[in-house]
Amino acid sequence: MSIDTQTAAKVAKLARIRVEPERLPELAQEFSNILDFIEQLGEVDVDGVEPMVSVTPMRLKRRVDGVTDGNQQDKVLANAPDAREGFFAVPKVVE
Amino acid sequence: MSDLSKMKVAEARDALRAGDVTSLELTEACLSAIEGAGALGAFVHKTPEIARAQAAAADARIKAGDAPSLCGIPMGIKDLFCTKGVPSQSASRILEGFKPEYESTVTSQLFDAGAVMLGKLNMDEFAMGSSNETSTYGNAVNPWRRDGDDTALTPGGSSGGSASAVAADLCLAATGTDTGGSIRQPAAFTGITGIKPTYGRCSRWGIVAFASSLDQAGPMTKDVRDAAILLQAMCGHDPKDSTSADLPVPDFEAMLTGDIRGKTIGIPREYRMDGMSAEIDALWTQGVDMLRDAGAKIVDISLPHTKYALPTYYVIAPAEASSNLARYDGVRYGHRATLASGEGINDMYEKTRAEGFGPEVQRRVMVGTYVLSAGFYDAYYNKARKVRTLIKKDFEDAFAAGVDAILTPATPSPAFGLGEMKDADPVQMYLNDVFTVTVNLAGLPGVTVPTGLDSKGLPLGLQLIGRPWEEGDLLNTAYALEQAAGFAAKPAKWW
Repeated sequence: MSIDTQTAAKVAKLARIRVEPERLPELAQEFSNILDFIEQLGEVDVDGVEPMVSVTPMRLKRRVDGVTDGNQQDKVLANAPDAREGFFAVPKVVE
Repeated sequence: MSDLSKMKVAEARDALRAGDVTSLELTEACLSAIEGAGALGAFVHKTPEIARAQAAAADARIKAGDAPSLCGIPMGIKDLFCTKGVPSQSASRILEGFKPEYESTVTSQLFDAGAVMLGKLNMDEFAMGSSNETSTYGNAVNPWRRDGDDTALTPGGSSGGSASAVAADLCLAATGTDTGGSIRQPAAFTGITGIKPTYGRCSRWGIVAFASSLDQAGPMTKDVRDAAILLQAMCGHDPKDSTSADLPVPDFEAMLTGDIRGKTIGIPREYRMDGMSAEIDALWTQGVDMLRDAGAKIVDISLPHTKYALPTYYVIAPAEASSNLARYDGVRYGHRATLASGEGINDMYEKTRAEGFGPEVQRRVMVGTYVLSAGFYDAYYNKARKVRTLIKKDFEDAFAAGVDAILTPATPSPAFGLGEMKDADPVQMYLNDVFTVTVNLAGLPGVTVPTGLDSKGLPLGLQLIGRPWEEGDLLNTAYALEQAAGFAAKPAKWW
């Protein structure tokens, strides 16, 4: 399958990764090569096959819906590039 | 440099308990080996203060008669593990400066068992690579070289720093993680042992996520016994990882008898690839003979969907990665791009991720985004999940027919030169994982053992694949193979 530069630009946008326009043709070519490789899956007959949900047949554990930790605002914010007054700071989102 | 860093875990454990050596002595020997090995690029964050404090505490525990299995053993930790207060970057620029406020379950279990952390080890960025060339720290280098040739070779990836450090005796053992072969391929490239346990054996909590349905941690060691000792300490149920198995952990070391009489070993015909090197083929045949001579029954088996494992992997792994790596947004931790005036939050996300992720990570995140996007989800992602079901069934059928373990080559070639694949298509690099990736897709345990040298003096390994949850039995078969192969070669020191 061939990916055009417009599709490559759309995917980059969805992934929130800035790609300069001059890089798009190369990126589109790389995607096409990888997708060509993946296309082999089309040969496999998967009629009636269930898609895998869990590789080990296990039931996920449940626990009581209770608070098990918290009260560590300082630790949560310790690695933030910009934290102010107990919050994560980001560029203005709402005008 | 003393020879103490060359010890194996089991030897050091016995010497520590006998009082013949202290953990501080072992630790100093490793620290000085690391200081002299900058050219290998293995250790990327060194933690000598932590190591000395842990060693002193371990010596006190040993003296008090409380010496758990790993008490006083100096180890390296892959950079993918979150270690409290110590940089944990997954070899990515986007996590520059990140110091976790918590400890991963696996490392915390190792420290409870008395292990000493020497530092963090190099790897491919977010564990995406097979040559350790995508790291933000630069390449890790294989301590092995071809005879009469000083070309720098890859230690493999993604756990390249772990492999290089153990093979070069910078530490007694190391942790690795394996999503498509990232423990087993580098172990094979460097002449050491590595095991990826059954999915769910080791808690993934605190290990930076790549592809959550495939990722598993495991040990990388100098022999099979050491792998059994480390694995024992690393696995077990953890309520903080909902996919961690609530099953008892057997005494893996006690299961190493070397007796495999009556065991059935399957040889999958689909693993005999077109264009496979004659040397790998010969090594595989020798491995078959070794296991047969040890009393195992050898049977030919078929795993018909093998051919589709890599394309399945290159849908599922990027899909999961694109979701897992969405968290790197420049808000909560790590790198944030500098914004020009007038730029808003979407510019911040896009610039941060463009600056913070390397080319391979960007490529996989975008491929994952594409295969999950509207209109392609069924054609790619759901299709791959169905093929994955069939790949797992291939193994289930083989085990149901009485096979105890499966013997395959570990890699299609010996270690290649750093930079040799630079101009190759990304798909060419993916082919490195052709023998290992099926095991992750099926959630099975797999171990690689060094069994020989190629004509240029580089190590080659074989892989054994076991039944789910039967790591003990698998390690015992690996032990029998190790004994028969008698691999004892070491790289000549040049660094």
